[in-house]
Amino acid sequence: MPFRIPIGPYHPALEEPYKLSIQSRGEIVEDVTIEVGFVHRGIELLAQRRNYIQDLVLVERVCGICSNIHTLTFCMAAEEIAGMQVPDRARFIRTIMAELERLHSHLLWAGIGSEDIGFQTMFMEIYALREQVMDVLEAISGNRVNYAMNCIGGVNRDITDPEGVLRAVRSIREGIQKTVIPIFTQNRTILGRTRGVGILTRDEAVTYGVVGPIARASGLAIDVRQDFPYAAYEDLGFQIVTQDSCDVTARVVVRALEMLESCRLIEKALLELPGGPIRPSELVTVVPPGETMMRVEAPRGEVVYYLKSDGSDTPARVKIRTPSDLNLPAIRAMARGQALGDMAIIQASVDPCCSCTDR
Amino acid sequence: MGLFSSILKLSRRRSPWVYVLNAGSCNGCDIEIGSLLSPRYDMEQIGALRQGSPKHADILLITGPLTLRSADAVRSIYAQIPEPKAVVAVGSCPATGNVFAGSPTVEDGVLHVVPVDVFVPGCPPRPQAILAGVQEAAHLLAEGKTGRWHKEKHHE
Repeated sequence: MPFRIPIGPYHPALEEPYKLSIQSRGEIVEDVTIEVGFVHRGIELLAQRRNYIQDLVLVERVCGICSNIHTLTFCMAAEEIAGMQVPDRARFIRTIMAELERLHSHLLWAGIGSEDIGFQTMFMEIYALREQVMDVLEAISGNRVNYAMNCIGGVNRDITDPEGVLRAVRSIREGIQKTVIPIFTQNRTILGRTRGVGILTRDEAVTYGVVGPIARASGLAIDVRQDFPYAAYEDLGFQIVTQDSCDVTARVVVRALEMLESCRLIEKALLELPGGPIRPSELVTVVPPGETMMRVEAPRGEVVYYLKSDGSDTPARVKIRTPSDLNLPAIRAMARGQALGDMAIIQASVDPCCSCTDR
Repeated sequence: MGLFSSILKLSRRRSPWVYVLNAGSCNGCDIEIGSLLSPRYDMEQIGALRQGSPKHADILLITGPLTLRSADAVRSIYAQIPEPKAVVAVGSCPATGNVFAGSPTVEDGVLHVVPVDVFVPGCPPRPQAILAGVQEAAHLLAEGKTGRWHKEKHHE
């Protein structure tokens, strides 16, 4: 007899509230329904009431994990409308911050994923490694979470000690190479819990329109950093990571290899860091009339911002579409026919971010 | 009875179990609470354990400005925690609403829904500050001085 298990909106596995109703027959999941909206704070509405300087603070708090990406996209949209050129040094610093953020986000995910399959030791290892990334972020920006690095036309803070950052990033890369990648690709516990679990075929991935690591783990080679390079990705030469096995293992491996690619990008950007100013001499408070769409690759996939300006100091419309918005429904396709006990890791493999989704 | 109550007091101070509740937070405070579990900050040094069920918890950690949809859940989860209980409001959002203040979907702080014992300021606060907040709440639990700040909502 089929029965329905409601999980959430507040549950122990994930930090964020969303409701999952699982319909299962015995141990086998037949269908799931997902309900979001518990974190809706009305950010798009608030953004239309505040000026550009205040909006930068506001959009940074769309999501605490990928905070830098939101200000970056907002600034890039405003710069495109205003036709501004960003200084080279600022472009490189933006890339370094975005990749450091990807490192900390993927490590956070890897830690939570390990905890969900009961691998507590790995969780501790990864969180210890993640603290090194947080140290670098703090050394550059002064903050551990909301960095406040971007401003319209450039960045707020310079990297004053590139050698120190380089040393730290090299040690993080060693940690990833020595601990994270071998365990995620060879450990029997992890492979046993992830291989063949939560399959999202290439066709389903296209149907659900998933983005980011989920799409790349289903064999779709889409990445905004490659398709529409922004900041300094064209100068640095980005290499995309894809996997074809479509299961949770593929998502784990894609994220693990992306961390290595992030380290490589950061190291190259630090070595080639150009000189010059980091922002325009005058603070930009007014954006000329116009509208634009801007897309950027966040740790979870493509973030799209629509910005419309009427020439005043307040945007006429800010529309935010975040990657988890597209990735969350794909849990449905992944869960069908799976064992009930695997639901935790299937949900975690999507890396859902409800504060992004609800805004 | 004197021995029993002193043991009770000691265990309330030395073993506070926490339940983390996201009332519309941006995740910033939540990942800093996550860092608390890591080897560097190690919440277990003060005996604190994170619990999956409010029925096992002594301390409720609330993050976020309290969205309209989460208000009922916050009330219900607070009611499920056995007495005595303490509430720690992590970050600026549960205190004032922070940058989300004035939004029609946000209640601007948790005070009129649950009483708060410790406010940890910051956006987000550092893990050390959250740890200090949990410890202070544990002391308040042991002393029986919880429920410090409470505000009834005035319905127009």
